[in-house]
Amino acid sequence: MNEKKLRSQSGHNRTVNIVIYVILILMSIIWLFPFVGLVLQSFRSYATEYGGMVAYFIPKEFSLDNYTWLFGSESSFPKWYLNTLVIAIFVAILNTIMIVGVAYALSRSRFKGREAMMQLWLILGMFPGFLTMICLYFLLKQFGLTQAGAIPGLILVTVASSGMGYYVCKGYFDTIPKALDEAARIDGASSARIMMTIIMPLTKPIIIYTALTAFMAPWCDYVFASYVAFGYSDSYNVAVALTRWVWTNDYQGYYTRFCAGGVLVAIPVTILFMCLQKYYVEGVTGGAVKG
Amino acid sequence: MNEKKGLSSSISRGFTRFGRNIAEIGTTFRDGDWTAKLSFVIMGFGQLVHRQILRGVLFLALEILFIYYMVSFGAGYLVKLPTLGTVESYVDKSGIVPITVYGDNSFLILLYGILTIFVIIAFVYVWRMNVAQQMRIRETLEAGKALPTGRQDLKSLLDERFHITLLALPNVGVFVFVILPIIFMICIAFTNYDADHQSPTNLFWWVGLENFKNLFSVGSSGFGSTFLTVLAWTLVWAFFATFLNFFLGLGVAMMINRKGIRFKKLWRTILVMTIAVPQFVSLLYMYKMFANDGLVNTYLLQWGIIKTYIPFWSNAMYSRILIILINVWIGVPYMMLMTTGILMNIPEDLYESARIDGANGWQMFRKITLPYMFFVLGPYLLTSFTGNLNNFNVIYLLTQGNPTSMNLSGGAGYTDLLITWLYKLTVNDTNYRMAAVIGIMVFAVTAIISLVVYRILPSVRDEEGFQ
Repeated sequence: MNEKKLRSQSGHNRTVNIVIYVILILMSIIWLFPFVGLVLQSFRSYATEYGGMVAYFIPKEFSLDNYTWLFGSESSFPKWYLNTLVIAIFVAILNTIMIVGVAYALSRSRFKGREAMMQLWLILGMFPGFLTMICLYFLLKQFGLTQAGAIPGLILVTVASSGMGYYVCKGYFDTIPKALDEAARIDGASSARIMMTIIMPLTKPIIIYTALTAFMAPWCDYVFASYVAFGYSDSYNVAVALTRWVWTNDYQGYYTRFCAGGVLVAIPVTILFMCLQKYYVEGVTGGAVKG
Repeated sequence: MNEKKGLSSSISRGFTRFGRNIAEIGTTFRDGDWTAKLSFVIMGFGQLVHRQILRGVLFLALEILFIYYMVSFGAGYLVKLPTLGTVESYVDKSGIVPITVYGDNSFLILLYGILTIFVIIAFVYVWRMNVAQQMRIRETLEAGKALPTGRQDLKSLLDERFHITLLALPNVGVFVFVILPIIFMICIAFTNYDADHQSPTNLFWWVGLENFKNLFSVGSSGFGSTFLTVLAWTLVWAFFATFLNFFLGLGVAMMINRKGIRFKKLWRTILVMTIAVPQFVSLLYMYKMFANDGLVNTYLLQWGIIKTYIPFWSNAMYSRILIILINVWIGVPYMMLMTTGILMNIPEDLYESARIDGANGWQMFRKITLPYMFFVLGPYLLTSFTGNLNNFNVIYLLTQGNPTSMNLSGGAGYTDLLITWLYKLTVNDTNYRMAAVIGIMVFAVTAIISLVVYRILPSVRDEEGFQ
């Protein structure tokens, strides 16, 4: 009897598993569909099938038309790509320095005004970022960092306020036992030395996570980037430029070019992300749990 | 109850501290020698006399800089701050070519006026620091100890005062690019800065609470009904975007985690792809996919499922539902990652003992998994909710807030969140005054929700709950 029950249970288990497999496969299709579509459309021949939207999924003729056009003399795509890459690299490096510094100070030092500063920053974070857009634009303009100078301007604005995003990093630093610091201090190491030689190596995952998220953000930055570079197309980043292509009328045939550009943007970011996935997961879950 | 106590006690604490400061300044002056007394006027004098060259020079330089700033720049703007300028710009037509003669620039007056107020506050603080040092110099010398030299001061910036080194730059950045602009924009909410009052050609001035009245007035010209519509949708959106994603993400994580399911890593990787690909690419592709002549409509037509295309983006209800669904596509992978980690942390013996007690799967989910999830993820769900209130990209790249309607004022559409509406008011209508008011409202909503929810979170109420 017992055996029978077990068998029925395992039969039940098997049906549940099959249902789950079906759901997972369906989900995989839905989740991959846009990417597959994007790649397929990007290889659609511009010469024979034009660049607008069409009523079929798989192109009739594959070609590299769109890609060659992107790198041809007619488009500034390489320029935009370079802009974004420059922003992303600078932001990744400088943001990380700022955030790690703030997180270390708040995690390890106890000083007057520490609580007040943390509370103030928390409250500031509740204001919507775009509220201050016109004011920031004006400030940047004073330094000549709009339109033609939009790239350094964007880097400056992003990096300047990046310290406020210290939470995840500090949460991780807090888990490193203070005993380590104290031992080093007895040996005569200064705070700066302790940070560089003891804390930083131990917190490599979170530092990589910080740099990775900072690197990825500029690729999606549409709002402020379009506002600061207003009307000066040489200063666009890929998000601004490609968004404009999508919003132009379909008969101009920019749709497949957008797809090709999108693929070129997605590939390096995705590869980088997949390589560093481990750290990302650690940062995301660790950050959530420690708040 | 508690806050009231906290507030009143902190106010009274503030007053006692202020009193103590005044008293301390008094005694410093009374007991100090002539160098200390002179230092009240010439900052850094006492330090210089006592061979603290670095400190002395710094204080003196700050004082000179402050005076120079006020005389050449700050004072002029500060005086005009109450009126925001009175001299109108006009066009001089007497010459051959008309020339615009610019008067006062209200924008600059407001911005630099606020800056000057901060500079004064900072200077008072530095002056207080200077006075405190006079006292410390005296005390140190009376105790027969040596004063710290410049070299020691610099060294301490890498050791016991390392936090100052680390926090100086971030704080300056936050002040210039966050605090100053936010205060400026809060002030804008009390002015009439809009398309008709653009500096530098036109002045704008203080109008008190007029803009707030406009926001809450339910008339043909008022923003009242539009504001309520947008606010309601913002809240509905944030609710679904957070909790639908949470439950679905948890469901997916549990399915993948289930014993006997293979290729766990493959399933996860497929989902995580969505995080890796820049959002604007996938969102814009989705937008095109559901367009009237997009893939979805054309295939449904071809297969004969529908007769005419479905207006996904021009019907308010359809587009709202579609946005929420597309957001599921975007958000579920994050939630899946997050919940996977936590699922693995739930102690297995909790389930074991439940199973012995005869609990079925659903009961275990409700009594063990869910409470544990909420306990651990509570703070994250809260920040995710407030983040979704301001989720600009998903809305703007998909619909730009459309469809718009004559029933809504200020160019708002039925899928606009407060934040996208704010953006449109700023960029399209240059209606800065109302944009500022809405920004303040967003802050109010975020702050209220955060405060209320934070108090009822299980992990805050009962920290030991699951430990």
